[in-house]
Amino acid sequence: MHGTSTLEEADRLMTVCNACRYCEGLCAVFPAMEMRRAFSDGDLNYLANLCHACGACYTDCQFSPPHEFNVNVPQTFAILRAESWSAYAWPRAFSGMFARNGVAISIVAALSVAGFIFGFAALNDPQALFGIHSGPGAFYALMPHNAMIVLFGAAFLYAIVALVMGVRGFWRDIGEPVGMLDDGGSLWQAMKDAASLRYLDGGGVGCVNEDERPTDRRKIYHHLTFYGFLLCFASTSVATLYHYLIAREAPYPWWDVPVVLGTIGGIGLLIGPAGLLAEKSRRDPALLDQKRTGMDVAFIVMLFLTSLTGMALLVWRDTGSMGLLLALHLGFVFALFVTMPYGKFVHGIYRYVALVRYARERRMLGNIISGKVVDDRDV
Amino acid sequence: MVDFTRKYDVLVIGGGNAALCAAISARRTGAQVLVLEGAPKFYRGGNTRHTRNMRCAHDAATDILTGPYTEQEFWEDLLRVTEGQTDEELARYMIAESKQILGWIAEQGVRWQPSLGGTLSLGRTNSFFLGGGRAMLNALYLTAEQLGVEILYDAEVVDLEIDRGMFLSASMEQAGAVTTVRASALVAAAGGFEANIEWLKQYWGDAADNFLIRGTPYNRGSILKMLLASGVQEVGDPTQCHAVAIDARAPKFDGGIITRHDSVVFGIVVNNRALRFYDEGEDIWPKRYAIWGRLVAAQPDQIAYIIFDASSRNSFMPTLFPPIEAGSIGGLASKCDLDPNVLEKTVADFNAAVCSGTFDATILDDCRTEGLTPPKTHWARRIETPPYYAYPVRPGITFTYLGTRVNKQARMVMKDGKPAANMFAAGEIMAGNVLGQGYAAGVGMTIGSVFGRIAGREAAQHARN
Repeated sequence: MHGTSTLEEADRLMTVCNACRYCEGLCAVFPAMEMRRAFSDGDLNYLANLCHACGACYTDCQFSPPHEFNVNVPQTFAILRAESWSAYAWPRAFSGMFARNGVAISIVAALSVAGFIFGFAALNDPQALFGIHSGPGAFYALMPHNAMIVLFGAAFLYAIVALVMGVRGFWRDIGEPVGMLDDGGSLWQAMKDAASLRYLDGGGVGCVNEDERPTDRRKIYHHLTFYGFLLCFASTSVATLYHYLIAREAPYPWWDVPVVLGTIGGIGLLIGPAGLLAEKSRRDPALLDQKRTGMDVAFIVMLFLTSLTGMALLVWRDTGSMGLLLALHLGFVFALFVTMPYGKFVHGIYRYVALVRYARERRMLGNIISGKVVDDRDV
Repeated sequence: MVDFTRKYDVLVIGGGNAALCAAISARRTGAQVLVLEGAPKFYRGGNTRHTRNMRCAHDAATDILTGPYTEQEFWEDLLRVTEGQTDEELARYMIAESKQILGWIAEQGVRWQPSLGGTLSLGRTNSFFLGGGRAMLNALYLTAEQLGVEILYDAEVVDLEIDRGMFLSASMEQAGAVTTVRASALVAAAGGFEANIEWLKQYWGDAADNFLIRGTPYNRGSILKMLLASGVQEVGDPTQCHAVAIDARAPKFDGGIITRHDSVVFGIVVNNRALRFYDEGEDIWPKRYAIWGRLVAAQPDQIAYIIFDASSRNSFMPTLFPPIEAGSIGGLASKCDLDPNVLEKTVADFNAAVCSGTFDATILDDCRTEGLTPPKTHWARRIETPPYYAYPVRPGITFTYLGTRVNKQARMVMKDGKPAANMFAAGEIMAGNVLGQGYAAGVGMTIGSVFGRIAGREAAQHARN
């Protein structure tokens, strides 16, 4: 017996799927399932987080609804994933953030943006907020660099600690000793699998989304989003290094590394989330955790707004709007960081960890394959 | 929109592998093609929904096949499983054509699965569809639609107008309205009659009421019946069907592959009198599965119980339904509505007759009984380690053998031996030409794809002339 009805349903599905195994070539989930004959809570949480929601197993399944076996792995795993993130949330008091995530993230974002605007207004001469500042150190007329570093450093550190604690809970739940996270080969394999979104492709033809016709659109938009985010992060990191190592202060000219990285990344982070949102609105509702579309949408919108405000800041940084735009941008970035452990962002972390475990299991399976029950069924 | 006032070049009746291969091949030959699938969209494809692989000859290993499988070896396998009940000329022709099918099917969008560890024993001879039969169907339908094949679902053909081997028109019922569809040529690819319990009763009597049908309820054989009534020559034994032992708790229709039980060899099988009735260790795959449906069909109330103990619990594929479990044989009997005293005696007699040997499930090992009737000639181990388990099983009907005779053009042959003017058949509806009895894994799909492709091409050429 499992603790929740979602886990019960996931167990039922994996029992059906393990007696079938037709989907074993589609992704990592089904080979991982085949390594087991019974499923603990941890196993099911592991499989749910290993699932990339490509949807192929739903359209390929002869037992999906309206069949009475009612096999819908993508939807059940989507629900289970969100429930697992809530359960692993640290501190536990914040696990409720996952329940009405769209509302929660919106409130945090609004408060954060308002905080920066009021902060800038209260701590500076009102003239400074709407004044024109340009040249190196212009941003710091509104907020001292050290204040930014302390505030964002703290937010970032908090997010990392909360995420690590959550992953620790997950790793224990799936029955892995903590020390095993230093298996270099598996970490690298999982890195490659995650970076290429290897399993977000329906076994080679793409995701199914609105109907049974597979496309690569979700994968492409996800790449734009993910690599756009990384480039923006790299931009900020380079700027920080500039500041401390060679005392080179923002804003930087358009051709300088932080701006180039931020601009390319920012464009990716505009097109990617917009595309993902469009794909989500088209997606067959049967594939979605319909109670939690708010969580997906909130995260996508936060990424989009972070990029949009950053780009606007770049364009209008030499005008009187700069102060407000900076407050907006910093407000969204801050909200993005502090809510990272309590929203859709965590999917990437848990999935990566699940991929690490899968890579480990695959390597270990090589030694025991001779003991595997052979499935030689045809009819 | 489908235009019923026009005359199509080729009408395909059916919606599975053979039908879609015929439709695609006819369309690629230049024909205007209409497909009438009697089932709703979700259930499209008949038995293809539940298939997984195809057996094709090939001269060398590929990225999906672990070694060569020559035409001659394929032929010998077919000859063995059918015990000679096959049309050699047609079968050898199909085997030769199967070589091209591996590539042709992939060109139609179907993806093959790289050989995996889990299906070792078929890795050399059979190619597996990535995602299974429904994935294969989805790919074929997508290709057919992109080529401009017109497809209707819930479109049941209720009548065929045939004049001395010449197809004229079909009457199609959809949403209560009957429409006449005209075409220059017909491809019948509408499967067998395994889901038609009344028809099965003609040969099996009331026992057929207890049969479970492994595919959809739409495989009713109505097209086959119309064709045979219109003077098409029949082939294959009408009384025979492919039947395996499947879980008695499975749904009446469409339980597919996951309700099958592979555990017979690990225990004993008793009927509802708690008595054994056949050698559970007679043979290894694939024969051991294919005989048990028929054996159970011959037992009282068409039910039997596979009895085994804890030592075998993890020796076979995980099952959809959990086994019935009890701490004693008597307790197990009670849970299965069997007479505890009789089952205890059956198990005790069996245990007493088991000789010692070295158990090996992968070969015909030397673990057998002595002085027991019926004997268990291999894999006999005492059932003595609790908990004890039982799977209730019934006959699960996969497909039927009765069909329409065809020639190498997939053209139907009339009772007088003359080829039909414009009627072709592919798939299960004509499988009996090649597969008079028995089964070899993946052969049904080979028949469907090879003859579907030929039938579509020939029908299109007929329409053009």
